Amino acid sequence: MTATVTSPSARDAGGEGMSGTGGARKKPRIPGRLRRSVIPYVLLLPAILFELLVHVIPMIVGVVISFRQLTLFFIHNWGAAPWSGLKNYQVAVDFNSAVGKSLLHSFWITVVFTVASVGLCWLFGTTAAIMLQDKFRGRGTLRTIFLIPYALPVYAAVITWAFMFQRDNGMVNHLIHDQLHLTDHASFWLIGNNSFVTLLVVSLWKGWPFAFLIVMAGLQNIPGDLYEAAAIDGAGMWQQIRKITMPSLRSVNQVLVLVLFLWTFNDFNTPFVLFGKNGNAPGSADLISFHIYQSSFSSWNFGSGSAMSVLLLLFLLVVTGVYLAVTSRGRKASDG
Amino acid sequence: MRKTRAAAAVTVVTVMGTLLAACGGGTSSDGGGSNEQPKTLTYWASNQGPNIAYDKKTLAPELAKFQKQTGIKVKLEVIPWSDLLNRILAATTSGQGPDVLNIGNTWSASLQATGALLPWSTKNFDAIGGKDRFNASAVAAAGAPGKDPAAVPLYSLAYALYYNKKMFHDAGITTPPTTWADVIKDGKKISKNGTSGKWGLGLEGSNLQENIHISYVLAKQHGADFFDKSGKPTFTSPGAVDAVMQYVDMMQKDKIINPGNAEYAQNQSLQDFAKNKTAMVMWQAAASNFNSQHMSPSDWGAVPMPVQSGAPGQGKQVNSMVAGINMAIFNNTKNVDGAKKFVKFMTSDAEQVILNKAYGSVPPIKTADSNAAFQQTDIKVMANTLQTSATPLPQVPSESQYETQVGTALKNLWANVAAGKTVTKATVKSALSKAQQQMTQ
Repeated sequence: MTATVTSPSARDAGGEGMSGTGGARKKPRIPGRLRRSVIPYVLLLPAILFELLVHVIPMIVGVVISFRQLTLFFIHNWGAAPWSGLKNYQVAVDFNSAVGKSLLHSFWITVVFTVASVGLCWLFGTTAAIMLQDKFRGRGTLRTIFLIPYALPVYAAVITWAFMFQRDNGMVNHLIHDQLHLTDHASFWLIGNNSFVTLLVVSLWKGWPFAFLIVMAGLQNIPGDLYEAAAIDGAGMWQQIRKITMPSLRSVNQVLVLVLFLWTFNDFNTPFVLFGKNGNAPGSADLISFHIYQSSFSSWNFGSGSAMSVLLLLFLLVVTGVYLAVTSRGRKASDG
Repeated sequence: MRKTRAAAAVTVVTVMGTLLAACGGGTSSDGGGSNEQPKTLTYWASNQGPNIAYDKKTLAPELAKFQKQTGIKVKLEVIPWSDLLNRILAATTSGQGPDVLNIGNTWSASLQATGALLPWSTKNFDAIGGKDRFNASAVAAAGAPGKDPAAVPLYSLAYALYYNKKMFHDAGITTPPTTWADVIKDGKKISKNGTSGKWGLGLEGSNLQENIHISYVLAKQHGADFFDKSGKPTFTSPGAVDAVMQYVDMMQKDKIINPGNAEYAQNQSLQDFAKNKTAMVMWQAAASNFNSQHMSPSDWGAVPMPVQSGAPGQGKQVNSMVAGINMAIFNNTKNVDGAKKFVKFMTSDAEQVILNKAYGSVPPIKTADSNAAFQQTDIKVMANTLQTSATPLPQVPSESQYETQVGTALKNLWANVAAGKTVTKATVKSALSKAQQQMTQ
C-alpha cells in the first residue's frame, strides 16, 4: 500500500528533474515545492480570467454561433437557435451565390487595399524616420507633428476626412477642382470607384505615423560607428541605407509589417465612419470586416456573419504563420 | 506538478463553461419584464427634430412632468436614425437595453419576430386607455397582421411635397405639381438641363430609408410590390423595375436632381432647399427643420405627393407610405408597470398635442386630429394623405433586410448616374436581382 502511494510521487519528482531521490529525504520539501508551483498560478489567475473574459470566451462564442442558425427569430434567446452544422460556411464559400460572390469580391478588395496601404505606410514611415535621424533644428517639433494622426481619436479624424471629401462642399474638391483645376468636373470621393482612393488616403494618413515611430525606435539601436566606417570606406547615403540601415532594421520590420498587415486587413473603423453607418460601403471600397458586419446586420443573420468571421480568422492565422515561418527562416539563414 | 496542471485546466474549463452558459443563454424568454426597479426608466427616443439638442430640449420638460406625476425618473437618450436599428439589435441580443424605446413603424414586424418587445395585448392596451383611442391605420403599422401589435403609435407621418415659393415664383410656376410629369416639367424650368446651378428636386441618395420609401410608393403606382402574399421577395417584377427606373431617370434623363445628392444622407437636401438651391423636396414633417434654418412658414408650401395621373387615392393612386414612430416596451425591462405608465403618459391627449406640435407630425390618436395646433399646411396634407392615400410598407419579418438591400441597390444606382454611367432598365433589374439574392431568410 505504502509502495503504491510513494512510487507516483517519486516519479513526479523525477519528472521535475529534482535532485532528491529518496522518499524520506524529499518529504519535508513537498509543502515548499507545492507552494512554489501553485503561487505563480494563483498570481496569474486574475490575468487569465480577464484574458478569458475579454479574448477567449467571445472568440469561442463566435465560433459556436457560426454553427448555429442565429437569425432574428432567435437573437433574443440564443440558446434556442437550431444547430446548422456547416451550412453557414457553405453559404459563405459558395462563390456562385450572391452572398459568396460578394464576400470573395470584398476579400480581393481588402487584399489589394492592404498591400497598398501597408506598403505605403512602411515607405512613408521609414523615409521620414531616416530623414529625421540626423540632428537638426526643429527635429523634435517635426517628430511630434508627424505623430499627431496616430494620437488623434479615429472617429474624430475620419469624420473630418468624410467632410473634406464631400463633393459639393468638401475641401478636397475645392482644392483640386476649384483652385488648381486639376479635374474637369468635381469628383465624387465617397461613392463610386474613387472611394478606394479615399479609403487608401485616410488609411495611409492614419497608419504611417506608427511605422515612423517603430522605425525611429529601431534606428536608435544602430551603432553610429557603422555609418562612420562606411563613410570612410566611401559608401554613399543609398549604400549606407541598403547595407547598414535595412539589414539592421530587419527584425523591427518583420514585426512592423505583420502588425500593420493585421490592423489594415481588419480595419473596420475607417470605412464605417467614412462611408456612413447608414449604408453599405461602395463596391470599390468594400473592406471585409465592414462587409461581414453589414451582411450580418442587414440580414440579422449572425450565424452566417460569425462563419465569415471565423473564415477570416483562419485566413489571417495561416498568413501570419507562413509569414513568421518564412521571415524567421530567412533571418536565421542570414544570421548563421 | 502534472496534477496541478490538470487541476488548473479543469478550473479553467469549468469557469469557461459557466461563463459560456451565462453568455450563450441570452436572457429569460418568458417575457413581460419585472418590477425590480420601479423608480427609474431608460428611454431611447428617435431623433424627430432638426437635431438631437432640439429633441432633448423638447422632451426634458415633459419627462419632468412625468416624474412629478409618478415619481419615476426617466433617463433619456436621443439616438440618431443612422444608429437606432443597430442599437436596438444589440440591445435585443444582449438583453441589456432601455425600458422604453421608439422604433420606426416599418421595423415593427421584424422586431416583433425577435420577441424582444412586449406584445400589446388587449389587456396591455387597456392599461394605456384602450386600442380604440388610436387611428386604425397607425395600429396596422405596428406589427404583422393577426398578431398583437409590438408597439403603440406615437407620432404619425406621411410624405408631402414641399416647394420653395420664391424659386417657384422666380421660375414663373404658379400652381404646384400634382403628377410626376408636372414635377419633371417644373423641375426642368428651374434646373434648365443642369446648367442653372439650381435644381428642381432634392433627395438623399445615400439614405437607404428614403430610397425605400419613395421607390416603394412608385412601385405601388406601377401596380407592383416588393413582396408577394406569402412574404417572398419579388424585387424584379416589371413594375418594380419601371418604378426604380422612373425615379433614377429624374437625375439621369430629366436632370432635375443635382448629381451631388447621390452622396447625401445627412439632410443636406433640406439645407439646399432653405438656401434656395433646390425647389422641391419630398419629406415627412420638414417644417421644424425649415424653421431652424430661418425659413418662415410663408417661404414654403406643401402639397400631396405626386401620382402618375389623376388624384391620390388607393391602389395605384397611393402617394405615400404610412410613416410613423411607434413606442415599444423592451421585454427585459425591470419596471414594466412604470414603462406602461410612461407609454400612457406619452400617448395621452395633452402630451400628444405638445409633442406632435413640436415635431410637426400628426397625432395618431383620434381626439387630437381636430385640434387647432394641427391646421398647418403640411400637417393637413399629411393627415389627409394618411386617411386617404397612404399604404403601409410590407409588414414582414425581413422588412429591415429589404430596406438595406434595395436601399443599397438604389444608393449604388444613384452613384452610377452621378458618376456619368448610363443606367438602363437592365442595370436596374440586375441591381434589384442582386439585392433579392442577398435576401437569405
